[in-house]
Formats: sequence, structure tokens, C-alpha cells
Amino acid sequence: MDLFLISVIASTLRVSTPLLFAALGETINEKAGILNLGIEGTMVFSAFIGFWAAKTSGSVELGLLAAVLAGLALGLLMGLLTVTLGLSQHVSGLGVTLLGTGLALFLFRLAFPDPAIPPKLDAPFPQLPILVGTPLEPVFSQFGLTYIAFALVPLCGWLLYRTGFGLNLRACGENPEAADTAGVAVYRIRYMALAIGGALMGAAGGFLSLAQLDSFTYGIVSGRGWVAIALVIFGNWKPGRVLIGALLFSVFQALQLRWQAQGVQLPYWFLLALPYLVTILALTLAGRNASYPAALLKPYKREG
Amino acid sequence: MANLTLGLKNVRGLRFERLPAPFWVRVAIPFIAILLAFLLTSVLVLMAGANPLEAFYYLLIEPLTTRVGALEVLVKATPLILTGLAVLVAFAGGYFNIGAEGQFYAGAVAAAWLGVAFKGLPPLVAIPIILLAGFLAGALWALGPALLKVYFAVDEVVTTLLLNSVMVLGVSGLLTGPWQDPGGWARTPLISDALRLPRLAPPSRLRAGIIIGVVLMVALWFILNRTAFGLKLRAIGLGPKAARFMGIHVTRTLLTAALVSGAIAGLAGAAEILGLQGRLSSQTLELGYGYSGIVVAMLGGLTAFGVGAAALFIALVENGALSLSQALGVPQYLGDVVQATILLTMLASLLLTNYRLRWR
Repeated sequence: MDLFLISVIASTLRVSTPLLFAALGETINEKAGILNLGIEGTMVFSAFIGFWAAKTSGSVELGLLAAVLAGLALGLLMGLLTVTLGLSQHVSGLGVTLLGTGLALFLFRLAFPDPAIPPKLDAPFPQLPILVGTPLEPVFSQFGLTYIAFALVPLCGWLLYRTGFGLNLRACGENPEAADTAGVAVYRIRYMALAIGGALMGAAGGFLSLAQLDSFTYGIVSGRGWVAIALVIFGNWKPGRVLIGALLFSVFQALQLRWQAQGVQLPYWFLLALPYLVTILALTLAGRNASYPAALLKPYKREG
Repeated sequence: MANLTLGLKNVRGLRFERLPAPFWVRVAIPFIAILLAFLLTSVLVLMAGANPLEAFYYLLIEPLTTRVGALEVLVKATPLILTGLAVLVAFAGGYFNIGAEGQFYAGAVAAAWLGVAFKGLPPLVAIPIILLAGFLAGALWALGPALLKVYFAVDEVVTTLLLNSVMVLGVSGLLTGPWQDPGGWARTPLISDALRLPRLAPPSRLRAGIIIGVVLMVALWFILNRTAFGLKLRAIGLGPKAARFMGIHVTRTLLTAALVSGAIAGLAGAAEILGLQGRLSSQTLELGYGYSGIVVAMLGGLTAFGVGAAALFIALVENGALSLSQALGVPQYLGDVVQATILLTMLASLLLTNYRLRWR
């Protein structure tokens, strides 16, 4: 197979991994009626916690666990703010992003005081080749987490659309009053959605610091959380379409990396900005028909 | 009436009732929020091995003990008061402009370009034109989301947020492409001193941008509280449907507010370039004043004079964090954490405005 094609496909799969984790997490949040703008900060925070845990314990598996738990914790914080206290989801989410980012940088400087030497992991996640011996082997020499991210797409679809929990979760996002009347514990379901979503965002951050980059830097997430928000809307809140969006975005990224390495002159910033503009266009075309979860952004207050 | 009565419906005692809180509670709320934030963040100070009381001395008092330090707080407050006012105008009408960050850079790009292009022009002509250009550039960057919101009902939070990323990518593209300096730096040439905003108290770095901020603060107070437009805008913020029934032209009013919001953010960017920065560089993109503007507007209780006070306070914390890291070795990012925590505790404390503690 053509070497250029192989490297583009391989890096597309790698680049799309954190986006998939994060966008699936955000999909679950939004389907339950919570727009989680804390996603960017949640990813930065868990990327740091994962890196720190792996560096201290020497085990990337423990690091990943710590990253997932860190994401889950910030998901629960988002729950405290938007579910229990019923505060504005916009401002709470931005607050969580500012908090997660600030905390990560503060703790990073505290744990690694000398900023001159960027710390690296001694043993990051290895790549796991599958289809060994076939022509596809170079494409499928990916990190284990990449396979997991892709496997999560149908799993999330199944969870949201084929289980009782998913039905209840979507009911909380469409009409929490009716769901409550039907006996669904709205607060608990929304908390669970935020916990699961936060854990997935944590995995996204963990993938960045433990596998893809095997170090923590200040700009480690660099807007990937916002890309994930765009992907969820672009994907019309359906995991399968979110996957398509993530792959499209990542192809652009992969091509950009390749072309830049080969010295091709292009306005790369425009290629990188294109997905955002396409999302805005998609939102406009869908207009009033965009299938936003009906209760998105609406706090639910039980009258009693 | 939904009262928080802990289940004891017919027992006499203290209870929270859903009534507007007394005036003194409203005044006390920012202070409650700040106190709560300091309590929470003192855990981090302890982790850094410092004494929280000493740390908060450096954070809040030390910067004010010298004349230079106090003026530096005003330097830092200049962009914050402007972006805070920008966010205020939009939020007052319930238009959640998260895009002050991108609009700030739109104004900064305009100022960096014209500041160099107008070299040699008389300052009295050039400076107002550059500021106006920044103002218009911010409005232009806010135009798309505003039109989409009022004519196509597209959520402004998502569109303004995404356009921030587009702007940051675009500015990085400019700085590493056509605008790259011959030495390879990602920055524009320094604007000549004649075209910078005049210094107010040399040798301090304070420039006339702060005057623009204060004038706009008073103007916005007047517009929001003493004009028909302000009244309409706030009515829309309280409930667009009711406002429409009252005969208010919601589309036009919101569009105006959104554009003015973007324009003020753009003006903030232009004033920062003609003021403290003197040039646009990749470091400019790390300032984050657009996002801080949201913190300032919320902490200021969405009032013009509140924004002024909150901008001073946040500027103090940011500068204090620097002196704290120099004095006690507590990482300066404590300032960011304090800011984020204040935003959240302020938001939560606002719940108190809906309740009144009563004996019944």
C-alpha cells in the first residue's frame, strides 16, 4: 500500500481517538439535558492527573485509571452546580473549564517545579499491532485505547437507544417533568450521565498525556474539547454520525501534518478552522429543526 | 410557593422562603463568594507549603503597598473592565456571548495592522481611527452569531465559542505566515510610540486605555438604567416572550446588544495593542481576557459599576498571584484557580437572592 496513504490513515485513527472519547462523553451529557462546557478543562485536568499518577507510580494503567477518575470527579462537580443547585449550564461549564485548567497548571508546577525540562514518561502506552502479517498491519498498529474508543461508538449507541437506562436518560434530556411523573429519578440519571461523560472525557485527556504525547504540556488539549462540542452537534447527537465527523476532522489534521512535513504551502490554519465553520453551517441549515435535546440547558426543579 | 422547609411544614421556626432577599444580602453576595473561594483555595496554598494568611496577604494587599504596584493593578484592569463591559451588555439581554475572546483578537489584529500602516500620521487622527477600527472589527466578528441567533434561532453559545477557536487559529496563521517577522518571531513590528495610547503617570506602564474603560462604564450604566433601550434590553433578558408581548422589538434590540458587545470587546483588544502590548504576538493569544471578562461581569453582578469593581479585584488577584509566586514559591496559577472558584461561588451565592430567611 502507498506509504503516504498508510501514514495518513494511521494518524487519522490516532488523532480521532481523544476526540471520540470526549465527543461520546459530551453526547451522553447532552442527551441527558446538560451542555457540558467544562469538557476542555476536564480534559486538561485529567491529562495532568493521569500523567502525574503514571509518573509517580510507574504504571500507565494506574495513570489511566486516575485520569478517568479525575474526569468523573469534575463531571460530578458539574452535577452539583447544574443539577443540584440548578445554576446556568453555560457559566458553570466555563467555570469548570477555567477551574480544571487552572488546577492542572497549578499542580503541574507544584509537582514538577523546573519548567526548563519538560518531563516525559519512561514507559508510555505501547502500540498494539493487530492484523499482523497482512498489508494492513502498519495501519492497525495503534494504541490499545484507540481500539477501545472505536468499540465505544456502537456501545454508546446501544446504551442510549437500546437500554432502559438510555431511554430514561433521553427522557431526562427531552422532558424531565414527564420523566419524573413516569417515575424516572431525573437528578440521579443526570448525575450518572455526567459521571459517565466525565469519565470518557478523562479517558480522552489520559490518552493525550499517556499515549499520544507521553508528556504533559500547558497547551496539551489546545481546543480539542471545543472540537468535541462541535462534533456532537455536527453528528446530530448520534454516536455513529459523531464518529463520521471525528474521522473527517482527523483526516484534515492528518493531511495537514503530512503536507506540512513535505513543505507544501497551504493556509493550514484554514484547514484547521474548517470543521468549526462547517459545524456552524450545519447548525444553520438545520436551523430550528436541529434535533437539540429539548430540555438542554434547562435546570430541572422538582416542585413540592 | 416552593419553600425549603426541610419537611417540617407546620412547625414554627426559621425557614427559607422564596422571596426576593433583603438589599443587604444582595450587597453582601460578592463578598460571601470571595470569602468562600478563598476558603476553598487555601487547601492549595497549604499543599504548596505556605501559610494561607500570608499567601492572601501577598495576593490581595502586597500589590497595593507601593505606588508602582497599585498602578500596575490599573494596567491589568484596563482590558478586564472593557471585556467585562462587553460581556455585560450581551448578558443583560440574555444573549450569552462567549465570544469576547475572539472579538478581542479581532480588534487586536485591526490595531496591530493599522498601528504599523499609519506610521507617521498625526496621532490625534490615527489613534481614534485605529480604536474605531478595533471597535468595528469586534462587531464584525460578532455579526455572524448574532444574525444566526435572531433570524435562524441558532444557539449563540456554541457559535460564539467555536468562532473563538477560528479566530485563534487565524491569528496564529497570520503570525506564522504573512505577518511573521524577518527574524522568525511570531509577532508584528512594534508600533511607534507616537501612535500608542499616551502614558498617564510615567514611568508607570499605565496608559489612557483605563480612561476609555471608565468612560464606557459610566456610559453603559446610563444606557442600561436610564434609557428606553436599556430598559427594553433588560426586559428581554428577564423574558423574551413577555418582552415581545409588551411590544418590544426583540430582534432589533438583541442584534444591537450583540454587536455593541462584540464592538466593546474589539475595542478592548485594540486598546491593549495600542496600550500595554505595542504589538500582536503569539503571547497575546494566551492572555484570555475574553474569558476573564465573563468572570468580571458575573462577579460584578451584571451591573456597570459592579464590573468596574470586579475588574479591579480580578486584576489585583492576577498581579497578587505573581508576587505570591515570587515571595513564597506558590505557583502563580493559583490566581487562575481563585478566579475560576470565585466565578462558581458567585454563581452559587446568587441563589441567595431568591430566598429570605424568616421566622414563622
